[in-house]
Amino acid sequence: MIANTERADFDLIASWVRPNERVLDLGCGDGSLLKRLIAERGAYGYGIEREEAGVQAAIAQGINVIQGDLEQGLSGFDDGTFSHVVLSRTLQTVKHTEHLLAEMLRVGKEAVVSFPNFAYWKNRMAVMQGRMPVSEDLPYEWFDTPNLRFFTILDFESLCSKMELVIRERQVLDEQGNLILEEPNFLGSLAIYRLGR
Amino acid sequence: MNVSQQQMSVGCVISQTAHFNLPLTLKSGAQLPAFELSFETYGTLNAAKSNAILVCHALSGHHHVAGYYADQPENIGWWDSIIGPGKPLDTNRFFIVGVNNLGGCHGSTGPVSINPATGKHWGADFPVVTVEDWVATQARLADYLGIDAWAAVVGGSLGGMQALQWTLSFPDRVRHSLVIASAAKLSAENIAFNEIARQAILSDPDFHGGNYYEHNTRPLNGLRLARMLGHITYLSDDQMAEKFGRRQRPGAGSYSFDVEFEIESYLRYQGDKFAGFFDANTYLRMTRALDYFDPALAYEGRLADALAVARASFLVVAFSTDWRFAPFRSREIVHALVHNGQSVAYAESNCAHGHDSFLMEDAHYHAVIASYLQRVVL
Repeated sequence: MIANTERADFDLIASWVRPNERVLDLGCGDGSLLKRLIAERGAYGYGIEREEAGVQAAIAQGINVIQGDLEQGLSGFDDGTFSHVVLSRTLQTVKHTEHLLAEMLRVGKEAVVSFPNFAYWKNRMAVMQGRMPVSEDLPYEWFDTPNLRFFTILDFESLCSKMELVIRERQVLDEQGNLILEEPNFLGSLAIYRLGR
Repeated sequence: MNVSQQQMSVGCVISQTAHFNLPLTLKSGAQLPAFELSFETYGTLNAAKSNAILVCHALSGHHHVAGYYADQPENIGWWDSIIGPGKPLDTNRFFIVGVNNLGGCHGSTGPVSINPATGKHWGADFPVVTVEDWVATQARLADYLGIDAWAAVVGGSLGGMQALQWTLSFPDRVRHSLVIASAAKLSAENIAFNEIARQAILSDPDFHGGNYYEHNTRPLNGLRLARMLGHITYLSDDQMAEKFGRRQRPGAGSYSFDVEFEIESYLRYQGDKFAGFFDANTYLRMTRALDYFDPALAYEGRLADALAVARASFLVVAFSTDWRFAPFRSREIVHALVHNGQSVAYAESNCAHGHDSFLMEDAHYHAVIASYLQRVVL
């Protein structure tokens, strides 16, 4: 499922990665983002992917993918190995949220995290009308969603504060991939953060 | 063999022998004045000689990796499932070389060969060989075949150790290394299994200190026990439960020590079959080579430092049911390479066959190998 915002999401992430940086993409799927970062930014990257189909596709694309489950953390990767650790549209599928965020900032100097904002106005409307939301960035029905955690921009920032993570930058997109500057927790469908310690 | 298997087979193959007359000094310091290696090739070496893949064998393997012999149509190579036209190691694209390692018992110089200095079988006098020694002799085979650099070196288990060692011994002569169901060194438990296997052989009265050929006998019982033990460690508990469970043979329950359970019958059969063709001195040396392999030893255990010299790209594959070479052992290699910023992909298959999974036809495993080899530039 490729959402409209994926392009804009990837554009932002690409702009944050400086040339020749070493990047780790968590839940890299078929390696599309890494392929872009390598081609456009000269990055040197690895991906982690759990699903067989993603691993096969990433390997076929020439991506250095490592098959594994993010729930088990990033043990084995040394501290500070990566300049950026990316978690694009995956945080909501992870059970051990805090552990993974901490691990990202252990192995990486900066974490890049994007996630669907459950408080986006269309999602709120859906719930007001008595239904769970299905949108560009939450494209699943309640019975087949891989998403385990539903949270908002405010919720996430409150967790960052609790974990003493520094928000270096935040960008918010609507469903069409346009940047949202005002009322982000209401008008934003997808949020993208640069985090540090 | 059905029709589609025949179409995807490399077909009828021949075993060849290469003679090497330059003396070889082994890691142990021992010298061999000359030696021979048995090998087979499948596919065609291209003009640039850039499409050659070396397949390294494991403990009991040899150079007959794929296809069959004209006079033995049932004798199919041990890794035929993965090698052939249209298979992951695609012989339409690659020139595949299988070799029997030095010290082996399938045609290459080994304990069963005649020592020219004495005119008798080498037996106990055949030196202990190491993974590094094998790679050195395989490099001579590459020279013999006119291959400057392998497109890839591929191996499972002990073969994976050779695929890894190639990138360290000859960084410029291997472009891709496929390390499957392997480890950068054995664990204590693994060495312990090997020790029991060796003790089974060494304590067999027919072993005669390794010079059993002169006594016209072979330590069949020891070899049989060694194989039975090994075989258990190559399978998974689940798979054994599924394949045999507690099923009993007819006439079981006689309060005796005859074969009563199916698993006993299976192990005895495997042991007998193996002891029928394998050489005990070779078995001792192969297990010792496994024990000794530890490239990080010279770097105070720092594997990343040991691997830093490698210039190859790596594919590491492990199997979740393999407890002899468990996935975390493969991930040690992966993490060391990532630490160094070296190129590595890693896949893990759920194939149910334990350590033997690397010999099986598992969809994910084979798709990963095939996908990876697409990136090999010829």
